[in-house]
Amino acid sequence: MRVTIDDITVDVEEGTTILTAARKIGGKIVPPAMCWYSKLKGSGGKCRTCLVKVAQSSAKDPRPMPKLVASCSTPVQDGMVVQNITSPEVLEARKAIVEFLLINHPLDCPVCDQAGECDLQDLSFLHGMVETRSEEPRREFPAIDIGDKIKLNMNRCILCYRCVFTADQITGKRVHGVLYRGDAPEISTYIQNVIDNDFSGNVIDVCPVGALTDRTFRFKSRVWFLNAMDAHRDCTHCGGKVTAWMYGNEIYRITGRKDKYGEVEEFICNECRFEKKNFSDWIIEGPRKISRESVISANHYEKLIKPSIIHPIEGTTEKQE
Amino acid sequence: MGRALLTENILIPGIRDFDVYRAHGGYVSAEKALKEMTAADVCREVTKSGLRGRGGAGFPTGLKWSFLDRKTERPRYLVCNADESEPGTFKDRYLMEHLPHLLIEGLIISSFALGVRSCYIYVRGEFKYIIGILKRAIDEAYQHNFLGNNILGTGLSLDIFLHPGAGAYICGEETALLESLEGKRGNPRIKPPFPAFKGLYDCPTVVNNVETLAAVVPIIGMGGDAYAAIGVGKSTGTKLISACGNINKPGVYEIDFGLPVEDFIYSEQYCGGIRDGKMLKAVVPGGSSVPVLPAGLMLNTVKGEQRLMTYESMAEGGFETGTMLGSGGFIVFDEDACMVRNTWNFTCFYRHESCGQCSPCREGTAWMEPILKRIELGEGKSKEIDLLVSIAAKIEGNTICPFGDAAAWPVASAIRHFRDEFEFHIDHPEIVKNIEHGSIYKYPVSSIQHPASLR
Amino acid sequence: MDGLINHRLYKKENKIVRFSEETLKRIAGIILHYPADRKKSALLPVLHIAQQELGGYLSVDVMDYVASLLEIQPVEVYEVATFYSMFHPEPVGKYLIEVCQTGPCALCGGEHILDHLENVLGITNGGTTSDGMFTLKTVECLGSCGTAPVMQINTEFYESMTKEKVESVIRELKEKDNQQFQETRWAELF
Repeated sequence: MRVTIDDITVDVEEGTTILTAARKIGGKIVPPAMCWYSKLKGSGGKCRTCLVKVAQSSAKDPRPMPKLVASCSTPVQDGMVVQNITSPEVLEARKAIVEFLLINHPLDCPVCDQAGECDLQDLSFLHGMVETRSEEPRREFPAIDIGDKIKLNMNRCILCYRCVFTADQITGKRVHGVLYRGDAPEISTYIQNVIDNDFSGNVIDVCPVGALTDRTFRFKSRVWFLNAMDAHRDCTHCGGKVTAWMYGNEIYRITGRKDKYGEVEEFICNECRFEKKNFSDWIIEGPRKISRESVISANHYEKLIKPSIIHPIEGTTEKQE
Repeated sequence: MGRALLTENILIPGIRDFDVYRAHGGYVSAEKALKEMTAADVCREVTKSGLRGRGGAGFPTGLKWSFLDRKTERPRYLVCNADESEPGTFKDRYLMEHLPHLLIEGLIISSFALGVRSCYIYVRGEFKYIIGILKRAIDEAYQHNFLGNNILGTGLSLDIFLHPGAGAYICGEETALLESLEGKRGNPRIKPPFPAFKGLYDCPTVVNNVETLAAVVPIIGMGGDAYAAIGVGKSTGTKLISACGNINKPGVYEIDFGLPVEDFIYSEQYCGGIRDGKMLKAVVPGGSSVPVLPAGLMLNTVKGEQRLMTYESMAEGGFETGTMLGSGGFIVFDEDACMVRNTWNFTCFYRHESCGQCSPCREGTAWMEPILKRIELGEGKSKEIDLLVSIAAKIEGNTICPFGDAAAWPVASAIRHFRDEFEFHIDHPEIVKNIEHGSIYKYPVSSIQHPASLR
Repeated sequence: MDGLINHRLYKKENKIVRFSEETLKRIAGIILHYPADRKKSALLPVLHIAQQELGGYLSVDVMDYVASLLEIQPVEVYEVATFYSMFHPEPVGKYLIEVCQTGPCALCGGEHILDHLENVLGITNGGTTSDGMFTLKTVECLGSCGTAPVMQINTEFYESMTKEKVESVIRELKEKDNQQFQETRWAELF
């Protein structure tokens, strides 16, 4: 099937979604996705950031689609013509979605562990407004610990449902879900059950924002101070292929190997993620390729002083930047 | 003079009972369909009749049926949408309360046409007593072999099950209804795939409104062509209109499509005019989700033609000066009604009923409501009127299901047609602090154009 | 609804809850309405029955019990129970009075009915009287706009309300206290 996205034509298989076709083309024309996750069945359609305009439905039916469609869940038709960044209407809608996602977001990036690798941060940078038009009080929830390894900051959640799909599809027995409705829904276990499962840590990786974070890495370091290295080990639970976030020879955290769209290549087990933090646990393969646009690749490891031995000596802190 | 195809016998004592219903021509259409017609014949008659979905969207029923995936081996389902919860609409409740057998007969004929063996009637939970009435009627139908195995010796089998909702307006959206029927949260599904291919339990499914299914009965009785002869243009047959608000005779009326709106409001046969001899200010003609129109535009289109009760005439003028027939929830506002208060009221509804699944609707409905509350209470700022217009525009068309549009249109249309009232609220906070302020500020009312005959 | 939404913490009390044999039989019948591998479909009717017959609200214990009956995860019940407005996560009074506040009812005086109920019962919207008899709540459209204003008491309709009617209904309920309120059983409806 032949589809044209922003004047670039690509051939894809039947059943491919517009977003997947766009990823096949790559580059700037790929719509952002906050809720869709290629490895989670049934995900997508909810955040509406990937809306695109279908200028021509198919070769047979050249009419445009009446509304913008979610590119993550709309299959392509042969001869379909799609506009993403070439459509002012789409960019306007995307701007609107970002505004909606931010009116209840605490904007606490300075104290959020996700900062630097946050999809919402990137999205706001590209499509956000300079000031907020909302004067309403933001939704507030206390941060809670779900288990000793995962922190839930419901304030930051954009309700993408990815963690729910992960729990359903990766962990088998789901104990958390989305409760309540309307503007008051929350991810919760209802009676604050602990999420306890060999693969539960993956909810951290799939979370596009800082709602679910790794307690073993909490406030340890900014991600852009760390060096992302691909590493592996023999693991009886999972493939054991991870990214180790290191400073010198010290491993600060372990995550799945994320591609340029922030999706992990393989889900990893909790033992790899939370318990194997020694250099000797891993065989280091080499630096992980991080997108040039990412703040993480803007770091300068060699000039940095290891965070744990920073002394408040005049002059030194400035040099670090 | 409207004819009554659905409600002809509604006032006969005991019509709820099988025997009385049967004695008055009940189940004759079902017998005719099952014994004398093929499934394709029934579908053809329905298509010929021009029947359009009575739940609000007005999608041609014959066309919807034709989409049903008939190639698959999997079971097919027919689901009756009786989750009537659109503010201003109470026609399905009336129909089910008095003529439960009419719905069952419609389900039997439609199931036969669609090759369905199990039907579900999804009734909103608040209508608990209706579930009781339907349950009794279904039991009677089983006793008389209109349901169950080998119906009337035709070899056809059909079961009808009742399923209660539990208080969620969004479950009136067909895919949310299917989710709810599967025991899940009422989050609308992302389409495609459409229910005709993957509906209930991933099987091909048709979801029809109560009135639509009931209308199949007279269509089979009189023939599709005769049904199509009633009405105007593509609005064929009769429609139940639930009239409410500030009128003398609120209630459910069956009208022929094509009745002038003015006649509907002022004739003694229908609404009987505005209560207490007041003037008409505005009408929401299709349930709270459709745009509100001021009296002048409601009675006559912008071209100066009389506005009729049809899908097309209501939509005349597009969103600028038109509205929609929707589900036929006809809400009438008199001169003392405050449009700001009413708009706020509707946004409270949409905020409360949003499923919260997609961002524009979840965040947008919850953003508009407090702004309108402030304006209504005299604490608004003038820039907030434009902010509301902007938010409504950003919700509209960007959501998973039509709920987003339904939440945005009342706000956008109220500001479009009654902007002076919003401005009045901002300029005169001391007056609008009084809850009855609608009757105090007469100035916006005078700006509404009334046809000379009604002044 | 405005302002801070506090995180609600619910506790499992590990009380033993169980339907009567008769109810269990009826529930088994309801489950048969759905395909054999789709027991979860019976969740809404079963929750209605549970709320009515196991204490008037859905405690964690009741929800866990329902989950075990339908062979689903407890969280699947929590998700659904918190979504639908007819299910109460916390105890409500013996008589739950729900007053419609949506457009058509408001046009016809629904707000005054609510005011009057607040005065008569001495509680505000959302509150429960100290004797646990009445809980007052506002709800969205009850689908009875032609007979507005309308309210429901434990899902029974009270239509075309006036202040006088409000008073007489409340008086009657208070007098009838010792008798059982005539309410249909959900379990008998399917």
